[in-house]
Amino acid sequence: MASQQPLILQKPLDQTLSLKEYRRLGGYEALNKVLKAYTPQQVVQTVMDSGLRGLGGAGFPTGRKWSFIKKEAPFPRYIIANTDEMEPGTYKDRLLIQHNPQALIEGLIIGGFAASAEKGYIFIRPAYEQGARILEKALEEARQAGLLGKNILGSSYSLDLVLHRSAGRYICGEAKGLVHALEGKRPHPNIEGHLAGEGLWGQPTIVNNTETLSYVPSILNNGPEWFQNLARSNTAAGHKIYSVSGRVRRPGCVELPFGTPLCEIIEDQAGGMQPGYEYKTCLPGGASTRFLPKQHYAIEMDFDSLARLGHGHRFGTGSIIVFDHKTCLVGAALNLIQFFARESCGFCTPCREGLPYLRDLLRRIEEGDGKDEDLPALKSMAGHLSHAYCAFAPGAAAPVLSLVEDFREEIQEHIAQKGCPFRQDFQDGQENSH
Amino acid sequence: MLPEETLDVLRQKITITDHPRELAVEVMFALQKHYGYLNDEAVQEGAGLLNLSPLEIEELATFYDFIYRRPVGKYCIHVCDGTVCWMFNHQSVLDYISQKLDIPLGGTTEDGCFTLLPVGCIGYCDQAPAMLINGNLYGPLTPEAIDAVLKELRDKQPPQKEDR
Ligand code: SF4
Ligand code: FES
Repeated sequence: MASQQPLILQKPLDQTLSLKEYRRLGGYEALNKVLKAYTPQQVVQTVMDSGLRGLGGAGFPTGRKWSFIKKEAPFPRYIIANTDEMEPGTYKDRLLIQHNPQALIEGLIIGGFAASAEKGYIFIRPAYEQGARILEKALEEARQAGLLGKNILGSSYSLDLVLHRSAGRYICGEAKGLVHALEGKRPHPNIEGHLAGEGLWGQPTIVNNTETLSYVPSILNNGPEWFQNLARSNTAAGHKIYSVSGRVRRPGCVELPFGTPLCEIIEDQAGGMQPGYEYKTCLPGGASTRFLPKQHYAIEMDFDSLARLGHGHRFGTGSIIVFDHKTCLVGAALNLIQFFARESCGFCTPCREGLPYLRDLLRRIEEGDGKDEDLPALKSMAGHLSHAYCAFAPGAAAPVLSLVEDFREEIQEHIAQKGCPFRQDFQDGQENSH
Repeated sequence: MLPEETLDVLRQKITITDHPRELAVEVMFALQKHYGYLNDEAVQEGAGLLNLSPLEIEELATFYDFIYRRPVGKYCIHVCDGTVCWMFNHQSVLDYISQKLDIPLGGTTEDGCFTLLPVGCIGYCDQAPAMLINGNLYGPLTPEAIDAVLKELRDKQPPQKEDR
């Protein structure tokens, strides 16, 4: 089995690693090596060979994304770390920047070098103000040490890094929405044109998730095969920060090899279910993934294993929200849709109109006014969301579709009993929860 | 008008930035900090600084969760209503604060100290139920924990400089 040695999360997790401590652990050796001995193409190739994939949800191969910026592409070019995670259940990037800000900064510099970018940004959401202050300090430390700014470590490469505070909106997490937000425009997504060609200010731009970038230094340090072999499943590479929340004993973030079975993460790492609660299901990858039926409790947690299940199952961000047998899934889906309806950017009709429609249907069912015909209506409306302009709406539909397809009996019980069958149990549980 | 000192810092930044519009959110935050919320005067002033139309500032102001176009208290209590907090009864947190401060959801206390608002997941799900007040995260919330935070903030006037 692969090494259990954590790469970017060192113990104890509640402390911030200073630049000095990070360096003692081998930090910035990768950058040094890259600046001395690598061409940008070699960096891209190494990351490509490592199998590193985007950890913000989409799982796109990172090296390939970087390779889209061709040698002859115009200047200036930009690299951006996306620290905007706003999906319920997803909080790995908060922990990461509070604990190991230098790993992100080093990853950004190496990525910036690979793209020959002269300016980079860390785009951070307002709820992470504590993290933003830590990053500010870390950036200053790096600058003082000659790791940022003009002629980094005496090389000919220069990069300026800016911390950009957002004013908070889910759609800023979508790469093009984020670019618009940085440009001081309304952060609507725009799927036309590729960021590698037309990103920030119309220039070549790379946007990567914070966790993705943080793994880059260790790949350059130890080589692509080493990273590949860290994973427990054959088709995945490296480690992953899984965040676990919900009705488990020890919710939190844990860094483990890709492909670690779900049951192991929940039981060994999160301590299993709280006393008196049984596992019912989970959202394996954050709020825009499907509820995972119980028979998949031992599934290997990686992109391919989830995708192999078909029906739109996705690994997402690997942020596991655990639901117990006393928690109502109609209520959970209603809560999720309420969130997505509020966060819709409002640009296109299927999303702007469809989400409130779904919300109203679910609310009626939850409150005891549901009818048999609501079931097919839920399914067809959730299906229509695939016609929306960006991936936001179909993502929002995922939990509703799985509710209708895999947990249909919960909806039927609501309709038959004219009310929520979980309500009493659920309320008792909530009162005892803390 | 913003104080000269703040204006100087912003003007300086605007001059050295290739695309000053990039500073739109930063400018709005600075104005909001000064006026307490983004009032009409602030919208005009921000537009002037960035060489944008007031409508362009308005477009942004009304889009973002943390730009307030109406008066709010010194401390905005954002109670998370994300799925994990929902599971841990975020409603009881809202009810408790609402009763304790004698304001409805969306309301502001008479002394202008607190405003109570809902917010989508604040990324503190391992500490659910959770809330966010002026950039600080609190959780897991119990009545005692809430009492302690409210008391601490009420005693601490005015908000510290780095608070937003
Ligand atoms: S799907 Fe939703 S978020 Fe995406 S463009 Fe349409 S309205 Fe905006
Ligand atoms: S759901 Fe409340 S902090 Fe994430």
